[in-house]
Amino acid sequence: MSEIMVVAEHRRGELTPATFEVIAAAVELKQANDMTVTVVVLAQDPSDFGGQVSVAGVDKVVNATVSVSEFQNDIYETVIDAMIDTRKPSVVLLSHSIDAWGYAPALAVRRQCGFTTDVFELRYDGDNLVATRAAYSEKMHVELDFPGKDTVLITLRGNIFKPIEETSTPLVTSFEVPTIEARTEHIGFIEPDSTGDVDITQAESMLSIGRGVAEEDNVEQFAELADAMGFTLGCSRPIADSGWLPKSRQVGQSGKTVSNCNVYLAFGISGSVQHMAGMKHVPNIIAVNTDAEASIFTIARYGVVADMFDIAEELKNHFV
Amino acid sequence: MKILVPVKQVATVDEDCEMREDGKDVDLDYLDYELNEWDEYSWEEAVRLKETHGNEVEIVPVTVGPESAEDGLRRCLAKGGERAIRVWDDALEASDPIAVARVLAKLVQRENADLVLAGTLSSDHGFAATGVAVAGLLGWAHAAVVSQLNISPGTARITLRRELEEGLEEEITVRCPAVLTIQLGINEPRYASLRGIKQAKAKPLEVLSHSDLGLDDTEVGESGSLSRVRRMFAPERGQAELIEGTAAEQASRIAEIIKEATGGLQ
Repeated sequence: MSEIMVVAEHRRGELTPATFEVIAAAVELKQANDMTVTVVVLAQDPSDFGGQVSVAGVDKVVNATVSVSEFQNDIYETVIDAMIDTRKPSVVLLSHSIDAWGYAPALAVRRQCGFTTDVFELRYDGDNLVATRAAYSEKMHVELDFPGKDTVLITLRGNIFKPIEETSTPLVTSFEVPTIEARTEHIGFIEPDSTGDVDITQAESMLSIGRGVAEEDNVEQFAELADAMGFTLGCSRPIADSGWLPKSRQVGQSGKTVSNCNVYLAFGISGSVQHMAGMKHVPNIIAVNTDAEASIFTIARYGVVADMFDIAEELKNHFV
Repeated sequence: MKILVPVKQVATVDEDCEMREDGKDVDLDYLDYELNEWDEYSWEEAVRLKETHGNEVEIVPVTVGPESAEDGLRRCLAKGGERAIRVWDDALEASDPIAVARVLAKLVQRENADLVLAGTLSSDHGFAATGVAVAGLLGWAHAAVVSQLNISPGTARITLRRELEEGLEEEITVRCPAVLTIQLGINEPRYASLRGIKQAKAKPLEVLSHSDLGLDDTEVGESGSLSRVRRMFAPERGQAELIEGTAAEQASRIAEIIKEATGGLQ
């Protein structure tokens, strides 16, 4: 039976939530195609995580003891490469995470295995693995296959596959790690500077601004409107990068996910994949944008194609 | 120190676009191009290094793409750098990011570069793969999603910050030579001056084919790729319920929706 290998990912002593999504995707693929699922854990003490990755559907856990506590790209690349040599999995699944961006492509070229990234649907068509991902800023979808490849390495998009709650008791083995020369060295983590600012992940109602705000001087009126409405002010990446609002207000992949939000009023946000990753789950998204084709209208519940300044001005009258 | 900066033109599709006959891509007539946003930042980083270190540093923007991709290279040259390189021929059609990386790695070797600054990802297809694949092909050290960078020419190690999830950053050192992929926000890209734009037109732009770089046909295009496109299609997409009317009417309706959703909370 062919194997699906999942690489567990952890940071600062905790498995990432995405790891459980990737395991869920592997179990789904296994069940449809009579395969096995092996989760590999690279850590200074893999037993810290062994129990947690023992999710229902996982057949085996392979522990590899490595010299570093945090992610290091040469170590991940070399150990996974050696494991593929030994285990010959048909599919290797990683999260489409920053850490995976940092080694998956190098691993793929080293092995010349099948490879693609940011996949949100996986299936077999006969013997061919078919992966679906987006193209042209999500306007299109593409189906890819990997002819002639015995192993295919895939990174999976987040928030697509639902983690499995049930547990299991997989067979646990360990893997002897080859000697590795690490060419990068982790010095330390730097926490986002959010001293004294609100925690937008707790906000239930948000008013968020994007590029459409155009100038720093225009930010204030939206801050006032948010205040009058009792909403928390957030923003998309360009606003934080410009320093118009603190980084702690940024919604999206590299900012925060607004997990408790119920109403999200987006002014002048076109909706990049990265921004939508942090807010598309919100039940009541109201998007205001001059561009009727903006991506945000495909995930918003309500859309207003209009000048954001006109709408903001009128909206003030309703919240005094 | 020679720094190569791979840049690309990203495509946006028109609404109501048509597919190519083989169904594997959008008909080219329906695509508009501009320089990838991430590459504005990687090039700016290179230009700043050049400004700080003068003759110790050479910066060269390179691209893999047809003649129209020269717009992106000229855009870079308008801000700095003295020459650019473009690689293209028909065999490069249908290259995935890995096949493109193969071309870039050969360019790095040909130019004897010491550092590659690539964009972290591209806004059209978003593989986030090309830069790190170049490093893999060269056997170089690498770091992805760099948000802060301090380089002195001739240094054996570079200290930098990587941007991780949820606003967290990591400080690491990386051995040289290296490939670094640059994140948005690392700097503030400048606008080109009119004089710069004019000068860029006269700067040399070398055009090469894959065979000029010693690559054979099987190493590029579909056969040099690690994936193959079966088909491309327009997905069913959600569509927001549009609120019509004057600004005043639209705002009233928004207020109503908000009051309903928040249970009158203000």
